[in-house]
Amino acid sequence: MAFDVAVIRQQFPILSRDIDGSPLVYLDNAATTHKPQCVIDAISHYYSYSNSNVHRGAHRLADESTKAYEGARDTVARFINANVREEVIWTSGTTESINIVAHGIAQQLNPGDQLLVTEMEHHADLVTWQQACATSGAELKVAPINDNGELNLDQFQTLLCDRTKLVAFPHISNALGTVNPITKMIAMAKAAGALVLIDGAQGIAHGDVDVQSLGCDFYVFSGHKVFAPTGTGVLWGRQSLLESWPVWQTGGEMISTVTYQSAQWNQLPYRLEAGTPHIAGVIGLGAALEWLSRQDLDGMRLHEKALMATATERAEQFEGLRIIGTAKNKLGVLSFLIEGGHPADVGFLLDRQGIAIRTGHHCAEPLMNRLGVPGTARASFSLYNTLDEVDALFDALKKVRLMLA
Amino acid sequence: MVLASTDEILEDLAFFDDWEERYKYIIDLGKELPSMAPELQTADRLVKGCQSNVWLHYEYRNGQLVFLVESDAVIVRGLLALVMSAFNEKSPSDIVAFDIDDYFSTLDLERHLSPTRGNGLRSIVGKVKSIAMSLKNVTDNAIEL
Repeated sequence: MAFDVAVIRQQFPILSRDIDGSPLVYLDNAATTHKPQCVIDAISHYYSYSNSNVHRGAHRLADESTKAYEGARDTVARFINANVREEVIWTSGTTESINIVAHGIAQQLNPGDQLLVTEMEHHADLVTWQQACATSGAELKVAPINDNGELNLDQFQTLLCDRTKLVAFPHISNALGTVNPITKMIAMAKAAGALVLIDGAQGIAHGDVDVQSLGCDFYVFSGHKVFAPTGTGVLWGRQSLLESWPVWQTGGEMISTVTYQSAQWNQLPYRLEAGTPHIAGVIGLGAALEWLSRQDLDGMRLHEKALMATATERAEQFEGLRIIGTAKNKLGVLSFLIEGGHPADVGFLLDRQGIAIRTGHHCAEPLMNRLGVPGTARASFSLYNTLDEVDALFDALKKVRLMLA
Repeated sequence: MVLASTDEILEDLAFFDDWEERYKYIIDLGKELPSMAPELQTADRLVKGCQSNVWLHYEYRNGQLVFLVESDAVIVRGLLALVMSAFNEKSPSDIVAFDIDDYFSTLDLERHLSPTRGNGLRSIVGKVKSIAMSLKNVTDNAIEL
């Protein structure tokens, strides 16, 4: 079926609510996306019909929930084109996924080794590596961006060397919307012999991630930014790496045999999934990706591009507005400042008109310092947003400008 | 500083029926708030909120607490003016006794004091209350002696 935003919207119950009498215009999708009815139903069905623990029960409910839970793993594997389903590790979100990799790499690092990130990193993809370096004596290198918020590829290349053990960068910047040339960057990092992790928190919802053709070693994302419940996430990693990756947490599920004095680790994916997992959440994540896969993804991407282009055009014409982040290739995010207004004022006065955005440093404080701004107001778009909602944002901003004058 | 009293503010705000007028009034109250000299805006006076910064300076003079506040956001500045109308140049006992939650509820502004809003206002109120409380304890103990 061809992409029709009206049909999409009908499937998200929250989009029909109002805020103080104004229709909700939800432009905070980079923080979290809403859930379609089928995801809400999948979670509700699990709890009301087949709630039970997975893998271990000797009964019908355990069979059903295990089937749904492991079925979700197959869905994710298909969605990102994993080599095998065992490469899909459930986590609580992007942050935990990165921590699992960072915890493992920290044990393998020595003084003199280097890790490389970029200036546009989210704290989750910065502080974790920073701390891995602090515990191992390795050095953290930071690849610079230009004032438009684009990575300088020449300098990125210069910073790669035979001591670079791992390179991490975002698929799409959460604060600026910059789409990084990740295929090229992965190739450069692999040529230097480094492992590569992609922070896919903002990249996954656009439905075009193919980890095999990308050639990275790890791709991580959160469920809640792709129409699934909070508290779910994925660590995708190459089987050859994850098979021997240092275990993250120890406990039930992740062991094969245990004595009082020792334990042997289970095989993938379970060796990295200790304890009872977030079963309902994982089932919801499976339902969300099944749902997204059924949409006209080419049509969706055209729509997302149109939202970005229209928002940018309106922003450029808006007197007293400064766009923060003007990369040539941007998607989903419009960060801006209004003359004479602190982002917190802008956010509050938009909220009073039913428009939900985020304000602040967007968990990228060093990036804000690099750009010389205290923070920004950020409108971020998803497939269910309409061009009318972009208009509503700028109509509301006129009122904001008037009130702050 | 001569600020509107809490009673005047209650009366004025009751007069407006749409949110734009109410917040324009609040923004204007903020404009009447004296600025804090930049050299006073130091890290130890900063009450860091998630979205905007607020600074608080105080002196205890003649049994009264005298405050200076500053914010980099105009609505927070206006709301600080509301808070100051209740607390500035008052005795520690009066400050401790004043029910700020009830005051904000009556003004229909209680959402600004809710814990979910990272605007620093709740932290400021908490800080003012604890300053007043410790001074009050010192004074009470002194009387007992």
